[in-house]
Amino acid sequence: MATHSVPATPAALPAIPIRQVAPWLIFAGVILLLAIYFISSEQGALAMFPGMSVHEFVHDGRHLLGFPCH
Amino acid sequence: MVGKLLVRGMLAGLVAGALAFVFGKLFGEPSIGNAIGFEEAHASEPEGPELVSRAVQSGLGLAVAVIVFGIAIGGIYALVFALAHGRIGTTTAGASAVSLGVLGFCVVYLVPFLKYPANPPAVGEPDTIGQRTGDYFGMMLASIVFAVLAVVAYRALWQRLGGYPAGLLAGLGYVVLVAVCAALMPGVDEVPKAFPADTLWNFRVAAIGTQAVLWLVLALVFAPLAKRVLQAAPERPLAAVRQA
Repeated sequence: MATHSVPATPAALPAIPIRQVAPWLIFAGVILLLAIYFISSEQGALAMFPGMSVHEFVHDGRHLLGFPCH
Repeated sequence: MVGKLLVRGMLAGLVAGALAFVFGKLFGEPSIGNAIGFEEAHASEPEGPELVSRAVQSGLGLAVAVIVFGIAIGGIYALVFALAHGRIGTTTAGASAVSLGVLGFCVVYLVPFLKYPANPPAVGEPDTIGQRTGDYFGMMLASIVFAVLAVVAYRALWQRLGGYPAGLLAGLGYVVLVAVCAALMPGVDEVPKAFPADTLWNFRVAAIGTQAVLWLVLALVFAPLAKRVLQAAPERPLAAVRQA
């Protein structure tokens, strides 16, 4: 009954094998999440470095991007 | 190929962050300025010396924050694209890119915002920052996990029901899960009594706009770049990939 126009699965296109994506996802993912941590939370709820200069520098961006700032 | 996509995602994120900065500067900064005026007028004790001047905070600081955020989101978005393209039922690179941009904006930003909206300076007790940060990221994580579950369910239901009913059911499932989660998580009630309502409203609209510009520009700039990467390296049959 199936018509030729309806693909049997969502995988209508060749996908990139997961084994190719996984190493990038792990290594680049960690570094990019670290960047987001510094913009969103460093010297707020948590702190890797003492002081408030990172917090104060990204202050307006942190508010406007929607992260709890202080 | 994944590396090429990653670099292009980060470049698209750079462009998106730059435009989101311009939007935020024009539409967000006025309410941040008003909120800081309110904060200073109602401060119980005088503020210490400024570590970073207001001019730097609202200029270079805002630009660096939004652009670095854009680059990071762009990179992660590109890696999710590499995983999702060819697996979520979209038939072109452009459709995958735009679908993921809209989904990303809703799942990563808009849904957590609906429970824990962005606040301008002077709104929020400094003592509860740990709790509020945990709740916000908890809501974001729940939204992302439920969205991944919805996509898995969508793929499983596709064969039995077809794309449209499967998408509708998966989307409904996501909405129900995320609504129950939002209802169970603690609320926040920390807006000072005298805080001007229009400043709060304008700030929050500008906050949504800044993220909307970021995600939309990211997807629209990334789409043609991704298309070219995928065309330049036509997928070899899986057997050839295994041998390589």
